[in-house]
Amino acid sequence: MLRRQPELKDSPFVLANNEKGRRVVKAVNNIAQGKGVFTGMVVADCRALVPELQLFDYDEVQPKKLLMSLAEWCIRYTPFVSIDEDGLILDASGCTHLWGGEQGYLREIHTRFKNFGYHIRMGMADTIGCAWALCHFGKNGSIIKEGKQSEAISGLPSAALRLEQSAWEKLEKLGLKTIGSFMTMPRTALRRRFGQGLLTRLDQALGAEMEMLTPIKPICPFEERLPSIEPIRTAPGIEIALKNLLAILCERLTKENKGLRKCELRCYRIDGNIQKIEIGTNRPTRNVIHLFKLFELKIQTIEPDLGIELFILEAPVVEELLSSQDALWAMSSASEAAVAELIDKLAGKIGSNAIHRYLPAQHFWPERSIIETSSLTEKPDTEWRTDLPRPLHLLPKPEYIEVSVPMPDYPPLLFHYKGIRHTVKKADGPERIEQEWWMQEGQYRDYYCVEDENGARYWLFRLGDYSSGNPKWFIHGFFT
Amino acid sequence: MRLADKDIIEQLQKQILVLQGNHKPGSEQLSVGLGEIETAFPGNVFPRAAVHELISSSAEDASSTNGFISVILGKLMQKNGCCIWISNKRKIFPPALKAFGIDPERILFVDTWKVKDALWTIEEALKCDALTAVVGEISEISFNDSRRLQLAVEKSKVTGFIHRQQPKVINAVACVSRWKISPVASILPGKMPGVGFPRWNVELLKVRNGQTGKWLLQWSPKGLEYISEQISTTKMYERETA
Repeated sequence: MLRRQPELKDSPFVLANNEKGRRVVKAVNNIAQGKGVFTGMVVADCRALVPELQLFDYDEVQPKKLLMSLAEWCIRYTPFVSIDEDGLILDASGCTHLWGGEQGYLREIHTRFKNFGYHIRMGMADTIGCAWALCHFGKNGSIIKEGKQSEAISGLPSAALRLEQSAWEKLEKLGLKTIGSFMTMPRTALRRRFGQGLLTRLDQALGAEMEMLTPIKPICPFEERLPSIEPIRTAPGIEIALKNLLAILCERLTKENKGLRKCELRCYRIDGNIQKIEIGTNRPTRNVIHLFKLFELKIQTIEPDLGIELFILEAPVVEELLSSQDALWAMSSASEAAVAELIDKLAGKIGSNAIHRYLPAQHFWPERSIIETSSLTEKPDTEWRTDLPRPLHLLPKPEYIEVSVPMPDYPPLLFHYKGIRHTVKKADGPERIEQEWWMQEGQYRDYYCVEDENGARYWLFRLGDYSSGNPKWFIHGFFT
Repeated sequence: MRLADKDIIEQLQKQILVLQGNHKPGSEQLSVGLGEIETAFPGNVFPRAAVHELISSSAEDASSTNGFISVILGKLMQKNGCCIWISNKRKIFPPALKAFGIDPERILFVDTWKVKDALWTIEEALKCDALTAVVGEISEISFNDSRRLQLAVEKSKVTGFIHRQQPKVINAVACVSRWKISPVASILPGKMPGVGFPRWNVELLKVRNGQTGKWLLQWSPKGLEYISEQISTTKMYERETA
């Protein structure tokens, strides 16, 4: 909200929507909060408290979307980011040294968010439970050293254990206001009174029990990152970064005898935007030069704007690289690789849906007699038929022609196509092709090969027969 | 002219031919098997490492032209190799290619919408020496563009065909030859009714260092047949009187 309307920075405002016939506050900014407005209040009451309060509509989906995009943005700090109900959980293990230790890590995140206009609360600990408690109830930005969880949470209210409302209300009622007050009690007594849930949460916070997280983005085993010291804005800069990343990634692939089929370069801009380019290959490859060429065609599409601060190269699809692949078109393996690389290059520039390869299909209906294949190595199951005449040029859609026919079941004497009159001198046919009723309903076609006075040869057909009125004639192809 | 001078001149001519992108005569270059037509080219061999230009002026001509290309492709590809067919309004029906001795699954069809993309694709394909041939169906090509293609094939030794359908202007291009193919009425032996084997009027309008010519060809399962003008006309005459 603040990012879009910076002028709101110094004025109190709330987001509200209708609930049971009245306007209820759903979110408050910190100035309004300072004046005593809190979520759940009725708007009329708030107005009485703070007359200059500004009101905006609350969008149910917006916070979720925002949280998601923030989570994606946070991938720059660690590959493992997951979304909690109202916050983000970052697994920072092994990442903090890049920002000069844990303090620096938190400070960096805090300043960046502050610059964006967000007020965040942070906590860092060995367990998710402990970090959550600190973040919601502890001192903002506190870091708990290894093994000090129990000390850290003992002073916090029992609600900090992520318990259900009924459970912590019960604890409060019994005077167990802080976690420390019941942490040392016998486990059997706690279980009997408050159920297993409390113990689980306690163990999770203290690190006695494992807790799983689901990252927003599955972590790709083949991923390389390259942070840049200065924001990069030029194409040569991006190229250098890409080359470095590809070299590292391909070296890893070589070690594991694998080749990549899909590769994605993500560029994190300093304004929080993420630019993406993606390539695909037809067969597993780890050839740096080839991969770079594929990316090269797309580098122009990256908008560096103010600069890129982090590059991530990811290979989401990786396959075993077989030394001897199926012989493709009886060519040497070097030629095959060259063709496959050419196809990748073409697909990168004009799109893979522009490249077609066909195999025979067992249908008489001309449009269905071929089947497209996306593989370069697939071989036909059946032979191509050559016993029936088929034109070299087939119109994508049969075109209507006007004909004059001497009698039913005869080829036409002449026909008009695109305003030109063609007199039929010779003709062959008919070849009747029935509709395959299990695929499509319709009339059969009677195909004729005809030759006109200029020697040009055509493939015409009549749809249906004369018993059902006047059938239509179409031109469907040109013979050589 | 002294005999020695003549030798020197011949030697120089051969060298020039090689410089112009033709293969050395007698080296690995093999005859494609087109018969008489090949005599029109220098060294009596159909040039493989070259770009050929074919012009068609109507949809019927285009089909015959592609038929003629398919005949050459069939000879070039034999039982192996791969070909890329680039076009923006593709009409080729793959099963029909089998009749020309081509396995349709060994041809990759590339459809491009923009002329610029088509030219780029043709050039990239011609640069790939693993391919046997490249067919590009575009209507307009500038001299400079054709020169780029020629340079690409001189390096990769790929055979290129540029099929120009109904071009607005027939400009000079840097291709080794220019062909024009049009269909001719087919003739069945005797008085049999029906449509016979495809026949074409093949004109070689331009050829670098060679002889232009005109042939009447028939394509049948037996292969390419040359038909002399007289026989065909007498046959026509017989037919009409009969």
